[in-house]
Amino acid sequence: MWYLCVFYHRLLDYRRPEIESLAQLFGEENSYSNFALEWKIPKHHHPDSPFHFVNLPSEDVARSVANRSILVKGIYELWGEGSSYEELEEAIRNYPEERKLPYLSPESTFKITVDSFGKVISFQEQNDRIKGLSYIPFKGRVNLKNPEHKFWLIETDDYGVNNGLPPVVQRRIFFGREVGAADRKLLPTYQLKSRTYLGPTAMDAEMAFLMANQALVEPGKLVYDPFVGTGSILVAAAHFGAMTMGADIDIRVVRDGRGPDCNVWSNFKQYGLPMPVGLLRADNNLPPWRPGLKEVFNAIICDPPYGVRAGGRKSGGRKLLKGAVDPYTVPDDKRVGHIPSTAPYCLSECVHDLLDLAGRMLVMGGRLVYFYPVLREDNSTEDCFPEHPCFKLVASSEQILSSRYSRILLTMVKIGPYSEENALAARIKHLEFRENHLKWLEDGNLHSSVFAPADAQLTASTDSRLSKEPKPKYRGKYV
Amino acid sequence: MRLLTHNMLSSNIKGVTNGFPLRIEVEKVIEKQVDFNPDFLKNMCPKIEWKALADASRSLGYSELPDEAPESSLLESEEFLKKFHHALLELQLEEGALVCPETGRKFPVNKGIPNMLLHEDEV
Repeated sequence: MWYLCVFYHRLLDYRRPEIESLAQLFGEENSYSNFALEWKIPKHHHPDSPFHFVNLPSEDVARSVANRSILVKGIYELWGEGSSYEELEEAIRNYPEERKLPYLSPESTFKITVDSFGKVISFQEQNDRIKGLSYIPFKGRVNLKNPEHKFWLIETDDYGVNNGLPPVVQRRIFFGREVGAADRKLLPTYQLKSRTYLGPTAMDAEMAFLMANQALVEPGKLVYDPFVGTGSILVAAAHFGAMTMGADIDIRVVRDGRGPDCNVWSNFKQYGLPMPVGLLRADNNLPPWRPGLKEVFNAIICDPPYGVRAGGRKSGGRKLLKGAVDPYTVPDDKRVGHIPSTAPYCLSECVHDLLDLAGRMLVMGGRLVYFYPVLREDNSTEDCFPEHPCFKLVASSEQILSSRYSRILLTMVKIGPYSEENALAARIKHLEFRENHLKWLEDGNLHSSVFAPADAQLTASTDSRLSKEPKPKYRGKYV
Repeated sequence: MRLLTHNMLSSNIKGVTNGFPLRIEVEKVIEKQVDFNPDFLKNMCPKIEWKALADASRSLGYSELPDEAPESSLLESEEFLKKFHHALLELQLEEGALVCPETGRKFPVNKGIPNMLLHEDEV
């Protein structure tokens, strides 16, 4: 059945993938590789508009999807739409009685909210609009605080070009019954501002919940973060009921924190969430898993270090791995408390190891959700992301971080079992990928591209954004 | 460190052929209550190396687990699941070490976190 889905106007690339993931989580479909929803845009609306029509299997699914989501302002059963109030009235009158009557009954309580996008409607005008709906035979009582049924009258208009909103071409008015909406109270509760233990790259709460939704987190599942840090991603997963596990190569972050009341465990205690079932210090490049272990995690969710705000490390001394010094043995009396040297871990190798780990350790149909950085100067329309024979890419969502670079949230589903042949094919693909694309994947180059002084950029790129022209008002993905 | 984690770890030092299971040296064990989730336990059970779990729980002072891996019918018994739950998730090694069965190298466990990082000559 078709529903009107109104999004919060932010993180534009993340909106539809979230709904598709949640529809898969709550729907009865069993196929995990070929799932997709049907979408439509309202008449005269720009694709970036917050208003979309989506076809969902049932009202129960629509409600579950909306209530669990982070970006849905509301999912509505549309009773009518039009370019004028006369058209709207005609549409509502024509809407089937059997769909309307159950929600107009005398024993029910209801409320009508007037909302707008692209314009402001004064309180007086809102009341007039509500009175204008008197042709709908509401028989129940009005309850503004906690009504059984919530109705919304939403008007969109073409003032968009002037105030930074998408250019909606013509006026459009919608009237519908709310089926579900996101619980935005989650965000003030979990915001990083009040988190006990933070690190420089702790994942922002809203994004952590989006990642958990992309990974289909639910009670009974086991979620792993191989770059756990302060545990910000696992907190979101634990909120949705999963068992969590994490590893990090930096033992100070994961074991010590900043003290007995300021560490990873304190973060979970702060929200009354179950503690992770396992935290360990391990190197993703040389993981400590036993050889027969496979298909234990339902989801792997992480933000790998890409060398801009935090660099990755792996085992082995840097000079040792390059051959600058000969292999040495740590003398027995120095072994206790020895801190092993680590070497820089470039992004391409880090991602290859992550895909290899996920290929082995994810259950079939399990999801790998992780961030991948891209430089924006490339302007290349064909996205090239790392590939692996065990995985199918089902979503990629860009978040612009600066004029120089963005990060893309990639969602991959495991569709094939891990084998030696797959691992070998993946290794070959990885070497080709490194050869052919993106020299900045190597040590330090992404960091220098992001932080290079501005005049160096000007000579290099012909990007008009950096010239003196006034920026266009509508900023698209910058929201 | 819980036994669920211990069951997944092995010593991957260069040259070691069989680093699993790691022997447990106990300095401090604690028991912490964890919510009972039968679905999670039933999903995990087939992936556990049973003998390693039974031996490890004995070294932590809990001998209620059977030595043979449970058949699927036993997974329906709540009494069994509760014992499995206790051994897998509620017993925790707070301080001690995990010892490689071949080389004797100790991986320390402090504040419940095992340090599995290899030294330069083990890579």
